[in-house]
Amino acid sequence: MAEIQIKNVAKTFGAYQALHDINLTIADQEFMVLLGASGCGKSTLLRIIAGLETATSGEVWIGGRRIDHLSPKDRGIAMVFQNYAVFPHMTVFENIGFGLRMQKLPKPEITRRVERVATLMHIEQLLKRYSGELSGGQRQRVAVARALAMEPDVILMDEPLSNLDALLRMEMRAELKGVLAESKTTAIYVTHDQVEAMSMADRISVMHQGNIVQSAAPIEVYRNPSAEFVASFIGNPPMNFLPASASSDGKWTVAGEEFDGPKSQRSPLNFAVRPEDLRLGDTGLKATAKVVEPLGAHLLVTCEIEGALFRAVLDSDLNIRPGQILKLSPQPDRVRWFDPETTLAVA
Amino acid sequence: MTDAVTTDTRADTRKAGRILYVASIVLLCAWVIIPIYFLLINTLSSPETINSFPRSFFPEFDLGSLTFFAGFAGMLSALKNSILVAGMTMVMSILIGAPAGYALSRFEFRGKGLFRMLILLTRAFPLPLLALPLAVMFIRTGLDDTAFGLALVHTTLAVPFAVLITFSLFSGIPIELEEAAWTLGCNRITAFTMVVLPLILPGITASAIFAFVISWNEVFAAAVLTIENRTLTAFLLQNLDTSPLHLKFAGGFILVVPALIFIFAVRKYLFAMWGIANR
Repeated sequence: MAEIQIKNVAKTFGAYQALHDINLTIADQEFMVLLGASGCGKSTLLRIIAGLETATSGEVWIGGRRIDHLSPKDRGIAMVFQNYAVFPHMTVFENIGFGLRMQKLPKPEITRRVERVATLMHIEQLLKRYSGELSGGQRQRVAVARALAMEPDVILMDEPLSNLDALLRMEMRAELKGVLAESKTTAIYVTHDQVEAMSMADRISVMHQGNIVQSAAPIEVYRNPSAEFVASFIGNPPMNFLPASASSDGKWTVAGEEFDGPKSQRSPLNFAVRPEDLRLGDTGLKATAKVVEPLGAHLLVTCEIEGALFRAVLDSDLNIRPGQILKLSPQPDRVRWFDPETTLAVA
Repeated sequence: MTDAVTTDTRADTRKAGRILYVASIVLLCAWVIIPIYFLLINTLSSPETINSFPRSFFPEFDLGSLTFFAGFAGMLSALKNSILVAGMTMVMSILIGAPAGYALSRFEFRGKGLFRMLILLTRAFPLPLLALPLAVMFIRTGLDDTAFGLALVHTTLAVPFAVLITFSLFSGIPIELEEAAWTLGCNRITAFTMVVLPLILPGITASAIFAFVISWNEVFAAAVLTIENRTLTAFLLQNLDTSPLHLKFAGGFILVVPALIFIFAVRKYLFAMWGIANR
């Protein structure tokens, strides 16, 4: 059992507060993704769990054991770094077996484990090579294999795929997900790539300015963002926002159109809908098409509604020209409301 | 060559520029190489040839001068002293310089910028200024006229370079390699010995050799602080006006050659120190 508990962890660098009172529990064998823009504190949090950084306050527990005072080697973790950190003066075999050698395991056991993870990561033919003779993708495989060979309670990954090219990244994403599910370790994965987060995670923690804004299953984060930041950060193109004013109880006026919304709320609110939840029809929001981008699978139309930018993802068979007036009707169950003052979602 | 340029009516300026470029290189090389070459041929000639006229442009591979040099009273012990002092300087400057270089590259601490500047400032004081107080202090502590005392002075001369070279070496090793080692079961020391040290060993060697050369070539402190246990440079200086020409040539050659070979061997690390890409 390797449940991870992060209790009231905060970190300051001089006057700069990198993390504000983080509380997070990650279940045994869960795949948790920390998602956020650069500088949001996600890597700092990961490094605190790894022991490469010390929290200013707070506690970190792994498997019921408080570990924040231990050095990295005693925490039962293994880490995969963004720039691979494969030791250049060792062969692939020595790299993967390095941690096992440090644990003073018997040689046959080291060989057995190295060969097992090398096969798992499809690098068994590279074992005699040095890191200088490997491609970026191969180095990343070595780095993952080295972490897996430790058979850790927790595997920590700091943007492991961001140095790879797009195609390789997609391939490694699926492979890594499979390998980690099989290894039955708890995983924390830091990324700024929302596609990686959505496709790999059991749960996503969206971070912003040193806080965890929302921590939920990928589809929940996508459908029911808890704050405007999450709504605009996740999804490509991002969610659309329009100001709404209350017309009567439970009725809201958005750009001259009336929608059902939260009852007994003070005015005003922000109306939000995802671009793909819009349908072209005879009624709905009146939008002027500005830019039309055919993307093959669908048509991305950037419009203007009362001076505000508004995007719609429509069927690629439609013939829409810039300047055309469109009527866009949102699917009623997909409309979300946010309080512009707190930026939080309103039910 | 000049014919080719003048007959070309289109006045190929690019070619002219190229000739100028090559000529400059030849001139610069000649500036450095010709004295060394003369040193070489005179060293490898018999004492009689050296003192005769006209001089030959080709060495006659006569070891007479070198043999005389080796047999000159006190010369071999001076050579031994030089090696001893340079060796001690090498070891001490690395033992002091490398940890400082590591600290500068890996840790943020108060006064880091000042520290770096102070390291360079140690080279700002001319040695003659320090020589007299040093001599007095050395006599009081009994360090005068010892190889160790001189090595201490040479170490202060070599340490700034050792610090700066190792600083750039350590900075070239990504911190992630060390961090990876820590997560894989190393503490700070084992991570250093198993991961960092093997990677910078060639550079450390270069830095050590550079310290050796600094001590090997140093003459002022050596001449002031030693009397009986003179190093080769100080010994040659002392006998400069009394010794025959062939002895000067042989001594000069013995001094130049190791320095030249060493500097050539470690040139890539010295470039790294000046901030030119270390590949």
